[in-house]
Amino acid sequence: MAEYEAAIGLEVHAQLLTKSKMFCSCSADYAGAEPNTRVCPVCLGMPGMLPVINRKAVEFTIMTGMALHCQIPAHTKWDRKNYPYPDLPKGYQISQYDLPLAINGYLAFDVEGERKRVGIRRVHLEEDTGRLYHVEEASLVDFNRSGVPLMEIVSEPDIRSPEEAREYLVQLRMILRYLGVSTADMEAGAFRCDANISVRRQGEEVLGVPVEVKNMNSFRAVKLALEYELVRQSVLLTRGEPIERETRGWVSSENRTVSQRSKEEAHDYRYFPEPDLPPLEVAPAWVAEIGERIPELPEAKRQRFVRDYELSAYDAGVLTADRDIAGFYEQAVEIGTVGETEITPKVISNWVTGELFRLMKEENAGIESVNFSPTALVGLIRLVQQGLINANAGKSVLDEMFRTGQSPEQIVEAKGLAQISEVHALASVIRQVLDDNPKPVREYLEGKKQALGFLVGQVMRATRGKANPKVVNRLLQEALRERS
Amino acid sequence: MKLSRQEVEHIAELAKLGLTDEEVERYQDQLSSILDYVEMLTKLDTKDARPMAHVLPVSNVMRDDHVHASFPRDEILSNAPDTADGCFRVPLVLEESNS
Repeated sequence: MAEYEAAIGLEVHAQLLTKSKMFCSCSADYAGAEPNTRVCPVCLGMPGMLPVINRKAVEFTIMTGMALHCQIPAHTKWDRKNYPYPDLPKGYQISQYDLPLAINGYLAFDVEGERKRVGIRRVHLEEDTGRLYHVEEASLVDFNRSGVPLMEIVSEPDIRSPEEAREYLVQLRMILRYLGVSTADMEAGAFRCDANISVRRQGEEVLGVPVEVKNMNSFRAVKLALEYELVRQSVLLTRGEPIERETRGWVSSENRTVSQRSKEEAHDYRYFPEPDLPPLEVAPAWVAEIGERIPELPEAKRQRFVRDYELSAYDAGVLTADRDIAGFYEQAVEIGTVGETEITPKVISNWVTGELFRLMKEENAGIESVNFSPTALVGLIRLVQQGLINANAGKSVLDEMFRTGQSPEQIVEAKGLAQISEVHALASVIRQVLDDNPKPVREYLEGKKQALGFLVGQVMRATRGKANPKVVNRLLQEALRERS
Repeated sequence: MKLSRQEVEHIAELAKLGLTDEEVERYQDQLSSILDYVEMLTKLDTKDARPMAHVLPVSNVMRDDHVHASFPRDEILSNAPDTADGCFRVPLVLEESNS
């Protein structure tokens, strides 16, 4: 299919992490709540109820727009999108039509070794719908989700392959999480993606007929569905058959998309300005203030890690994929620079991306559930670097830290791991003691076993009592046997 | 400006209204005369008028992100014609057909 290429545009809906809903003060945290316990006359669309805008949701949307290099227009307003469905209590959704909060941005990222830049057409704010449960001969409606703030991010059809589409979503989710505006959790429905895909012969200027693809519930599903569509549409073009402008749904159990013909009449939303909400004037000062709250974003952080910590692009990438992991790492780096043995950022990166990531993956745990501090991690690395324990022992100590949250010193002590390296440290002391005391050595070898006590005492004196007497005893006997 | 029969039927479908033939004709006339009336606005010279999104001279009416108690569910459901399992019960809605 090399002679065909796709033009893909993605629409992402992200629920915003506000405490309350978009237009009323009901809790937006509906997960796990009993049906219809997070509702009031406003989010139920009762006659005469008036919506009031949640400032935080507006600020989160502006912040997202800024992170995506969008223009933030000075005037923005609300519109009604009309369609009848039981999960939409008012018979319309409050959304934004012609004057969204953010326009004309872009998202740039690396994919398959190349720099990619995808235009962002718009970012706007709307409200989520309720949820339907289908039971026998009826549908049940739960309005807990109704009115949860929903941000829609629409890309230009700049994406050229399913892999690019997947990477766009990965990068976008990362940014939303860095900003703290959304959990962007796809499984929980906090991050949903629809796609428009058209296929054309490579090099052609005009876009093909766009097909809308819905019902993709994971990044993998997005990639598979788009790969399927690329092949399906290319085959139709090869055969000279027309491509229908339609909406298709991804059926993951069958690994294919199928036509959804039921909404033919429904795409007449009759948008009109929302009379219940006055418009928003977005002053430059407000935008500037919101801009100051934007943290360092993944892209910038990754570049800084490469520059300042001399990490590979790959290591910097995995360390910055999660803001909290990046934070954990940077704390460790800072702690590593102070103290008798300096631990380099590269060494810390190896421990984090190697052993710590392995443990987190095995336990399916996020960094927030790692119950030891960056200080403890650096403490462990220091024990290894100082040769007090070897690298293998270091790994098993990290295992134990991960499981119990105990300090590396406690674990080394409890497991007697440090003795392994004491062997090396003690060996020279013992050799010295034996060389300096030929008489007791001779007596011991002649059978006077009590001479051993004297020698142990000498070793303990030489190490100022820091050695483990049992180990000294054992090592002395071994060394003496060699001299017999 | 006269609305066509198809346009009236389309509007009725969007509003989920079932109209008789006679009603379609009646609304064709009535809706058309409403449009004619509103059409007068196009005769105004709006060259110097600024675009307006709302009739009230207010903007930026917002609230802080605080949670208040929701309504008791019993009260919420008390006016519903039918309920089940704490939900509003409505005639079966078929999901968009997957076949």
